[in-house]
Amino acid sequence: MAGFRVDRSTRESRWFAGFLVLVFIALATLPYWGGPGDMRLVSEMAYYLALAQLWNLLAGYAGLVSVGQQAFVGLGAYALFYLTSQFGIHPLVAVALAAPITAAISLPMALAVFRLRGAYFAIGTWVFAETFALGVSLVTPLGAGSGMSLTPAIMTQIAPDRAGRELILYWLSLAIVALVCAIVYLLLRSRYGLALTAIRDSETASDSLGVDTFRTKLTIYVVTAACTGMVGAFIFLQKLRLSPEAGFSVNDWTVVVIFMVVIGGIGTLEGPIIGMLVYFGLREMLADYGTWYLILLGAVAVVIMLTAREGLWGLVARRFNLHLFSVRRHLTR
Amino acid sequence: MTDWLNILLQGALLGGLYALFAIGLSLSFGIMRLVNIAHGDFIVLSAYIALAFIQATGINALASLAIVVPLMFALGYALQRGLLNFTLSGGLLSPLLVTFGISVIIENVLLQIFGADIRRLHAGAIETDSVAFGGIAVGVYPLLVFAVAVIAIAGLQVLFYRTALGRAFRATSDDAGTAELLGIDNRHLYAMAMAIAMIFTALAGVLMAIRTTFDPAAGPIRLIFAFEAVIIGGLGSLWGMLIGGMVLGIAQAVGAALSPTWQILAGHIAFLIVLVIRPSGLFPHTRD
Amino acid sequence: MILLRTRGLRAFYGDFQALFDVDLDVEEGETVAVIGANGAGKTTLLRAIAGALACDAAMVEFDGRAIGGLRAHDVVHRGITMVPEGRKLFPSLTVEENLMLGAYCGRAGAWNLARVYALFPVLQELRSLPATSLSGGQQQMAAIGRALMSNPRLLLCDELSLGLAPVIIRDIYACLGAITAEGTTLVIVEQDINRALEASARFYCLQEGRVALTAACRGFDRAAITSAYFGV
Repeated sequence: MAGFRVDRSTRESRWFAGFLVLVFIALATLPYWGGPGDMRLVSEMAYYLALAQLWNLLAGYAGLVSVGQQAFVGLGAYALFYLTSQFGIHPLVAVALAAPITAAISLPMALAVFRLRGAYFAIGTWVFAETFALGVSLVTPLGAGSGMSLTPAIMTQIAPDRAGRELILYWLSLAIVALVCAIVYLLLRSRYGLALTAIRDSETASDSLGVDTFRTKLTIYVVTAACTGMVGAFIFLQKLRLSPEAGFSVNDWTVVVIFMVVIGGIGTLEGPIIGMLVYFGLREMLADYGTWYLILLGAVAVVIMLTAREGLWGLVARRFNLHLFSVRRHLTR
Repeated sequence: MTDWLNILLQGALLGGLYALFAIGLSLSFGIMRLVNIAHGDFIVLSAYIALAFIQATGINALASLAIVVPLMFALGYALQRGLLNFTLSGGLLSPLLVTFGISVIIENVLLQIFGADIRRLHAGAIETDSVAFGGIAVGVYPLLVFAVAVIAIAGLQVLFYRTALGRAFRATSDDAGTAELLGIDNRHLYAMAMAIAMIFTALAGVLMAIRTTFDPAAGPIRLIFAFEAVIIGGLGSLWGMLIGGMVLGIAQAVGAALSPTWQILAGHIAFLIVLVIRPSGLFPHTRD
Repeated sequence: MILLRTRGLRAFYGDFQALFDVDLDVEEGETVAVIGANGAGKTTLLRAIAGALACDAAMVEFDGRAIGGLRAHDVVHRGITMVPEGRKLFPSLTVEENLMLGAYCGRAGAWNLARVYALFPVLQELRSLPATSLSGGQQQMAAIGRALMSNPRLLLCDELSLGLAPVIIRDIYACLGAITAEGTTLVIVEQDINRALEASARFYCLQEGRVALTAACRGFDRAAITSAYFGV
């Protein structure tokens, strides 16, 4: 093997990394050059991208297709609301705490639901989400069926005035999506990433080579749950109001996210970005047509799964042999 | 005491309906390893098709089965042959995500056409008639639904174990490639399996709609009930679906005595208990 | 008359070419052997003929009509049935149900349940057992019986002797006579060269996807076969 080197990045990925930095700087300075609604929109795009990268990590890399991630969005949100209202914890700290709390709940849940396989696993995760939603609606300290609100007293801890709060929450959204993407990216570059790719390709073969598939999948599941919980806490920090239906909504936190990943390209890091942009584009275009955009989204997802399983990004990547995120290893002389 | 007996009985009879929910889901999984995420939405779709016919012709809800069942049979065949067959080679992701997409499409199309109003089908006096069994009033309608479920499962038992088609289904489920080498057309057989599953889905949809209200978003929870009944009863077991349905129904009836929220939650809890303690279900399938 | 003919048969597994311009003729009523080392393409050849592997229409002709590329179940209806490598009985079905399944295609002919039981009496005793609980030799008989139930004009036998004791193999090959007596044409794929050559009139030897040698079996020089087999 003399004369070979293992490279992590390619020329394209280095250019892309530079491009990303530029985009990030532009977005960070948006408050100073953008319009009033822009910050809200970019925030929303940011947290959806975070959710999409996380779902993609779970389904596209670990092969765990969950239609119950809304469970963690809701749990994280409820953790935030409960910690701030019952214990007076600073909301931003509570958002961070939502991660370990959600992780702790996701662990026993994973042990139960991992007994199911394939599509039945997917439905099982959904049942858990429904169970949490129903359970929460029965607990009075959590606001029962009508939910909870974030009081001004809580919110002023972030910043005394509204403009200041909007600024901080906006930058927090960028920070969160950057953090989540970084976590996903680093995981995939690590030995975990290699293990996941092996498991994705053949679980039996991986097992026989000593990859602990169960622990790897469990780790990914819990890490994803933690991050999803943190994102969920952030989402509802912005919305100020939380109810079981909103927190555990399968339409908002699972249907849309899945479509983003599928249309963009499942199993790639670039895919969710494309999918997120396509979703927001479609939503803008079809804003006047009510539920038609969901129907179109569904139809596009079906067509993509049947004709171009690797999504829009997969088509591009295959055509141009392009990989913008350097998660692979290349042999070069 | 009679109160609790009543609850048990109601729950057990409700289990018949849940068994009918479960059949469609279980058939397509058993024969083709395909879990139809849109299954609950097809149940609701059947109810809406019945609604449309009833509104147009004024026929009785039960009579509408004569139209809805053949229609859903044809739809199931076309759906499998024209669309879902192409997902079968795509590993886990493809059928799951395609049926997920179909689920979203159906829900939103129904919303567009029928609106979000809550609906119900009516079958006349049979809905409220009851017979007395030793001091307990048992609804005629729940008894009817339960009887339909029992007949359905008995019929499936005969189909699978005593007919050539049933043998073909079981063989294809074991090894589709070798079955094809013996003259069995997989594409047609899978389509037949889905068509037959849709018969029971249509039955379940209409029978459910007479008993409870429905709206375009009512599909997912039915998928969950079907799924819970299948898992509790045990994958691959025909009569297990009935038992699973009854366990679910009884759990829900017990929960309903507390509150409507507890009704569904109790069902989930029963499912979770079975999942944790006996994941292969109460009657896991052994090779007959 | 020539029942089966392949002309320039090419077959691929994805990008990998497994058969290169294979020409093969089988007369009606003949028994022809296809021999060769592992990976030579014997099973691939049978699968291409049986329709389990795609190929161009004109490459395979049966009874004068092009059948290449037809799906496997259609090929069965035309009159070709394969006894697959490794038996491949259906575990969920009993022995009898496996046999009955063979008749699913509905072709008329001499073979029915009673005649299969007459040929393989042991199957009748075991008929209610799950098919995969039988011994290797019994399973092979069941697999042959199952294929016979479809009343094929051409029976393709893939590695009948695989994993079986010599005594069992002998018994199975002894039954082939009863099958050919009905006028059924046989193509036998075998690694056991002696068995194959004893049972057949002619043979083809494949080597790396090509026909290396073809001749009548009787009196043919073994050394020539060995070199064709191993490609030396």
